[in-house]
Amino acid sequence: MLLSESISTNFFSLAPWLVFAPVLGLLVNVIFGGWFLKRAWGETAVGTVASLASGAAFVVSALLAWSVYASGGHGESVFLAQWMHIGDPSTGSGQALILDWTFRVDSLSTTMMLVVSGVGTLIHIYAIGYMHEDVRFKKDEKRYQRFFVFLNLFIAAMMILVSGDSYLMLFVGWEGVGLCSFLLIGFWYDMDTLGRSSWANSNAAKKAFITNRIGDLGFLIAGFLMFWAFKSFDFDTVFTAAESASPELIVLITLFMLVGVAGKSAQIPLYVWLPDAMAGPTPVSALIHAATMVTAGVYLISRSAPLYTLVPEAQYVVAMTGAATALFAATIAVGQYDIKKVLAYSTISQLGFMVAAVGMGAFVAGMFHLVTHAFFKALLFLSAGSVILGLERGHHHLAHHGHGTPKSPDFGHAGAKSDARSQETLDSGHPEEVFDPGDMRNMGGLRKTMPVTFWLYLIGTLALAGIFPFAGFWSKDEILADAFREGYTGVYWLLTIAAFFTAFYMGRQIWMVFFGEPRHEAAAHAEESKPVITVPLMVLAFLSIVGGALNLPGLHTFTEWLEHTIEVHAGEFVMSVALISTALALAAIVISWLIYGRNPLKAGQPDPLKKPLGLLFTGMENKWFVDEGYKAVFLDNYVRISKFLADVIDWRFWHDWFHEKVIAGAYNWLSNVALNEYADQKGIDAFANGLGEWTKEVSASLRRIQNGFVRSYALSVLLGVVLILGYLLLK
Amino acid sequence: MVPEIYYLVLSAILFTMGALGVLARRNALIIFMSVELMLNAANLAFVSFANTYQQLNGQIIVFFVIAVAAAEVAVGLALIVAIFKSKHSIDVDQMSSLKG
Repeated sequence: MLLSESISTNFFSLAPWLVFAPVLGLLVNVIFGGWFLKRAWGETAVGTVASLASGAAFVVSALLAWSVYASGGHGESVFLAQWMHIGDPSTGSGQALILDWTFRVDSLSTTMMLVVSGVGTLIHIYAIGYMHEDVRFKKDEKRYQRFFVFLNLFIAAMMILVSGDSYLMLFVGWEGVGLCSFLLIGFWYDMDTLGRSSWANSNAAKKAFITNRIGDLGFLIAGFLMFWAFKSFDFDTVFTAAESASPELIVLITLFMLVGVAGKSAQIPLYVWLPDAMAGPTPVSALIHAATMVTAGVYLISRSAPLYTLVPEAQYVVAMTGAATALFAATIAVGQYDIKKVLAYSTISQLGFMVAAVGMGAFVAGMFHLVTHAFFKALLFLSAGSVILGLERGHHHLAHHGHGTPKSPDFGHAGAKSDARSQETLDSGHPEEVFDPGDMRNMGGLRKTMPVTFWLYLIGTLALAGIFPFAGFWSKDEILADAFREGYTGVYWLLTIAAFFTAFYMGRQIWMVFFGEPRHEAAAHAEESKPVITVPLMVLAFLSIVGGALNLPGLHTFTEWLEHTIEVHAGEFVMSVALISTALALAAIVISWLIYGRNPLKAGQPDPLKKPLGLLFTGMENKWFVDEGYKAVFLDNYVRISKFLADVIDWRFWHDWFHEKVIAGAYNWLSNVALNEYADQKGIDAFANGLGEWTKEVSASLRRIQNGFVRSYALSVLLGVVLILGYLLLK
Repeated sequence: MVPEIYYLVLSAILFTMGALGVLARRNALIIFMSVELMLNAANLAFVSFANTYQQLNGQIIVFFVIAVAAAEVAVGLALIVAIFKSKHSIDVDQMSSLKG
């Protein structure tokens, strides 16, 4: 015992390496990456360095988790550095800002660390293979290095987020991951997802960044309120002080925090950025926009559990937001054709499940679903990436072997020039004929050409659909059971229907992608991915199968683990809930088979749901026109207000009227008229000129005396003498 | 003995004649002579007062005046000669080159 205690103490002090390891990795790649890439083994080296850095973070996370376990579940705060100290709390009014960079290592944060670094490391390894091909398809091999630098930066920022000991440290990481998200969504910033010249990807990046800023404003306001009321950002201080604070204040703080959560975790109404974020490379979609960053909101609410449990009203709002998002996004996913867009809406929907769970106070269920979702959603995204690469390989193969198809005459054209990195090919190509490897309508029958990916994808699908005994079953079921038991009937039904849709759209995807006949030549010639891609997927698939063992009903391993940090109660397994959700999921898969599996989609055929559902399907297909609605309501008005402010207020009012007329006019009048004309010209000038004129006039009259006649001078002298003498005599 | 008032009246008449001569004539030599006349009128007045008051001061002043007048004549005639050399005239009205 003594040994383990001393060891665990040592391990706690390793906490800063959570951040330092990835930073070290990115520094190595920043400095030596370019040099590496000139060598034949360069890409492997860059990828390995990044993966090792992330792996080191995983090892540290594991050691920390073990330390927490060994010390009986009690966490520890590891002080690293003083950030800013303003004022002294012991003197004066007691107003002070004390901020330190402290790592909070407890069961909740180590759970997040393990997920982030574990899934992150697998995705780093996957990306070695994925980016190798992606940079070649996109024809810019130098960006390989940049990708891994960003990825490591993300791991570092995420670690700051989950290990922060105060809301402000958490916010630092929160913004850091937002930045990485922006950088990686816009990774191919000068082209769209198909490689054509366009600003589509950078627009998607900006959309994500700006939407997140709106959410962050909410988080900031929550933070300001907290500091205003409790004089501290530290978790413990805030939680202790909150118990005696007025409930209205806590409601305000928690609801503003919810705005931040809605931004980061893509909840209604700020979810719109996440589908567009799929513009980033697939490993990014998997790591940032499915497994880790977007779950930061769920972590934030779990971390703030002591605040939320104080105010049931706020909890209800959170739960309803999550549940509504879960159902809403699930319906949109049904109408999507892009393999990654389906998964993106699925992610929003699943995040809705988690937010609903933590909203209901079922923090364990939420965190449990967060962990399992990280496994199977990363698996699904990465498999989707493998599918996309497979299709691109097929496309490439065709192009090189001169198999032109009548459907896409672009093949031979692009193939002839494919190695001449030519932007003009992309520009001159006909946009509607560019092959989209992510469009499920181009796929079909991939079961035969990509068997490994198929089985992996199937495992991910079953886990996501919540089929026994895969991981998703246990975690989703726990959320539903908690909702049922806690009396959140509305939330329960919303989530149950969302679960039905989840199984349906995943079934649709499986039938469309892997079954039936290839609907495109590229799908027929798709090639399986290399082990560097498939092996990380196998690990994730394994975790997706057994992940449920973390918190099996009756054992409650995860519950016991987390209850050291947040007050939780073990949820009981409700058989009826499990049966209903499983039955619904199976029914959804059967229905999807009836629609998409029995009669596979033919090339060029519209979605079979389009006819029976009519307008409803058009809505799903077009994301319920939310983006258009936002554009009409917010963007257009925003632009209008900006134009009004710029043109009318700034230009016409301030510039033309106030600056030009009032200030410049007044100044001109003052200088030209008042000072120049009156004071200067008519005052000072006139006085000086008048003096001169007068002197001239006087002297002109005086000079007549000096007439040059000596005799007249003599007369003057005489008269002067007479006058003086007369005066002297008559005095 | 002639009463002194006659001397003084004569002196005044001579002085007035001299002054009028200075003012009225244009010939520099005539003006010069008129100036001499005024000086001697003054001399006459001095000696007459000296005689009346039985003091020598007046007599002595007269000597001084005669000496200064002699010097003045020397300078004045030299000036007139110089002016004549440059202007070929001794008309004082033509000597107006310093007029503003």
